Amino acid sequence: MTYDFLQHYWCFLVSLLGALLVFLLFVQGANSMVRSIGYTEEGRRLVINSTGRKWELTFTTLVTFGGAFFASFPLFYSTSFGGAYWLWMAILFTFVLQAVSYEFQNKLGNLLGPKTFQWFLIINGLVGPLLLGGAVATFFEGSNFIVEKGNLIDTESFTPIISRWANASHGLDALLNPWVLVFGLAVMFLARILGCLYIINNINDEDIRSRASVRLIGATVPFLLLFITYMIHLLLKDGYAYDDEGTIFMEPYKYLHNFVDMWYLFVLFLVGVVLVLYGIIKTLRSKDYIYGIWPAGIGVVLVVLPLLLCSAWNHTAYYPSTADLQSSLTIANSCSSEFTLRTMAIVSLLIPFVLIYIAYAWYALDKKKLDKEEITDGHAY
Amino acid sequence: MNDLLLTIDSSSIDWARAQFALTAIYHWLFVPLTLGLAVIMGIVETCWYRTRDTFWRDAAQFWQRLFGVNFAMGVATGIILEFEFGTNWSNYSWFVGDIFGAPLAIEGIVAFFMESTFVAVMYFGWKKVSPGFHLAATWLTGLGATISAWWILVANAWMQYPVGCAFNPDTMRNEMINFLDVALSPFAVDKFCHTVISAWIIGAIFTVAVSCWYLMKKREIRLAKESIKIGAIVGLIASLGAAMTGHKSAQSVAEVQPMKLAAMEALYNGGTDVGLTAVAWINPFSQPDYETEESAPLKIEVPYALSFMATNDIHGYVPGINDILNGYTRPDGTEEPAIEEKIIRGKMAIAALAAYRKAKKEGADEPTLASQLKILNENMPYFGYGYVKDKHDIVPFIPINFWAFRIMVGLGCLFILFFAAILFSVYKRDIAALPKWHYWTAIILVPLAYIASESGWLVAEFGRQPWTIQDMLPTWVGVSDIEGSSVALTFFLFLFLFTLMLCVEINILLKQIKKGPQS
Repeated sequence: MTYDFLQHYWCFLVSLLGALLVFLLFVQGANSMVRSIGYTEEGRRLVINSTGRKWELTFTTLVTFGGAFFASFPLFYSTSFGGAYWLWMAILFTFVLQAVSYEFQNKLGNLLGPKTFQWFLIINGLVGPLLLGGAVATFFEGSNFIVEKGNLIDTESFTPIISRWANASHGLDALLNPWVLVFGLAVMFLARILGCLYIINNINDEDIRSRASVRLIGATVPFLLLFITYMIHLLLKDGYAYDDEGTIFMEPYKYLHNFVDMWYLFVLFLVGVVLVLYGIIKTLRSKDYIYGIWPAGIGVVLVVLPLLLCSAWNHTAYYPSTADLQSSLTIANSCSSEFTLRTMAIVSLLIPFVLIYIAYAWYALDKKKLDKEEITDGHAY
Repeated sequence: MNDLLLTIDSSSIDWARAQFALTAIYHWLFVPLTLGLAVIMGIVETCWYRTRDTFWRDAAQFWQRLFGVNFAMGVATGIILEFEFGTNWSNYSWFVGDIFGAPLAIEGIVAFFMESTFVAVMYFGWKKVSPGFHLAATWLTGLGATISAWWILVANAWMQYPVGCAFNPDTMRNEMINFLDVALSPFAVDKFCHTVISAWIIGAIFTVAVSCWYLMKKREIRLAKESIKIGAIVGLIASLGAAMTGHKSAQSVAEVQPMKLAAMEALYNGGTDVGLTAVAWINPFSQPDYETEESAPLKIEVPYALSFMATNDIHGYVPGINDILNGYTRPDGTEEPAIEEKIIRGKMAIAALAAYRKAKKEGADEPTLASQLKILNENMPYFGYGYVKDKHDIVPFIPINFWAFRIMVGLGCLFILFFAAILFSVYKRDIAALPKWHYWTAIILVPLAYIASESGWLVAEFGRQPWTIQDMLPTWVGVSDIEGSSVALTFFLFLFLFTLMLCVEINILLKQIKKGPQS
């Protein structure tokens, strides 16, 4: 395993975690519609109990995504989290709200009342995917930062900091970029699509399923418009490339070139798109078809994974700087040492076992679909 | 360009520290109960699995309900902690991310997924999976939490005692060279054992206290009696184990962080035959005048005990704060340099690094580069001191260390007596017919257990100030380029949110306890 291979391998793993995270955002998507899909109090409890059986997987994937990024590309961790402070803090804040909302909302002694926690879930369901999508869009659109490792030897400076944000908004400036917003909104609507499909699959209640089907149309139309718009923009825009010496330069149609050069990623991307559309269309066409979450979910992973790899592989700067081109981060200049990446690669062999027991536990819990009886009997949120 | 944005000020460092301390303190309110209750409910469910007596199933579900309420808050505060390394300590994240990131990633892959997958089976799987699978899920939830503690404590221990790494002048960071040295560092092993075992004490005290409340109210008698039995056995084993592992931890501190030990003991001037301070007057709010005072006023000490505890020899040498500041000779004859000398050598290391980078940029020949690297490597152990302006900056705030250490040790001894007394009552008397004050004692010990646990962390973290990484990176070099006002705002946001949620959680727990296992 060469150092170059390890850098690409870890980029793949982090991207895979990112892709799985986007799939698991069905929890947020469904929660964002809890008051409309779950029209009655009982319906709302069904929706919350349905996503409540999975929320920790989404949460854990987000945490592991962060941990894996820290371990494999620490300069991204320090630059993005330390620089785009407000963007990440807003994301974290909404996930903190979510973490307590399930367990607390229907418990006796909940001082804030169930509705407060339902609103927390809705806020997380809308803002979480929007901001996470926005953060991912900066991989293509760039961010306003400067990296200078030599700062560390400036002992006269009060704090010799390596990575600095070049404006005072600390990440909120990303939301002023319309393309970041377009992508963020696309991810938000995608989460809602997945949320509808998951609810249709997981809750055995005709009324809730028909409401989710209606919301599925409402989420699909804006998603397709936003996603297609962004993809056209992405394939036509200049991208951030680097040469063998690590010098970064702007390359016209860089992301289009990446898809041409790495045609296998493009094939995966297309298969993913087809699967997402198949899951949505079949669910809408057939009332009895409840398994749309699986083709659509797998499709989302197959769309997001190549998209993320397209931002980093093939000599592409995955975290470009709009303030100083040469500060842009690449998988080569921001990664951990070869020893660490190799050690972590051995640890990563455990991932298939983790996926197997998650799949088995998921299967065991979902063999019988959630119904009204279950939320009045036994442990329920 | 690099100087464009020197917006940082000293308040941002203080706020970054305060925010991390706030999050860590809140996180540690929930984690020990999670770890402790995991053992209790695992034992209770094992009893159900073996006997199939529905009493044990109901008891397991009752403790799991309380576990669930607490678990959610641990998760909520935990995510902030992980990301704060990046948001508030960006230099740190790069400087040591090559080493520090790995345990965090392994924690996610190995522990968090185990915890989050099986906790769902534990809550919702009673009627969906076999009893054996459910029991396994319950234990695996606890195991996941414990493995998670292992990796985060490996990371923390590495900050206190950095091993298995080397500085790379080309990448400007420390890089891991031996994973096993990091993962199995003796400091990490001691820290893990002491921390997890002390967490079991909280679980045990909580269990005994809830049970005593039932006995006081003369309800749920069987649940209370059986739970007290389990809680007291776990508690006694854990409190004795905490004493032993605590002693081992203190010896590690004496070896690798002598300044922390000196602050814990308010030992201004060290020597041989040093006594252990039982009590002394240290003003809790101001740093004592350690430079001129011979020793802390009104000091009562156990003769020779500190020497013995630190070195296993009653005549052993223990350096005091002034010895560390001014340099001292170890019993083996080696010299520990004075801090001022370390500062000079740290500056030499940084200057050599700057010269190396400049020479390399200008395409200098190998001998030139090698000569700078030689200077750098010779002085690298003192690298962090190069950022220190005054030798007194490396003295931690003594009162917090002194008092927190005594609170922790004092309460730890109290817990041993408490659990021994409870176990005596369980086997020699009718535990359900004790005078009420016995039950009140158990209930009052719940907040005291948390105070003891938090005090332990205060000692661990305040004692290593000003270092984020011991001798390598002081706090003011580790922070992010964020204005103090921004960090202050998020500090108060989290303070408000966590406090509000803590109030909700406590209220829910109390109501759940009041409802009892039939709820």
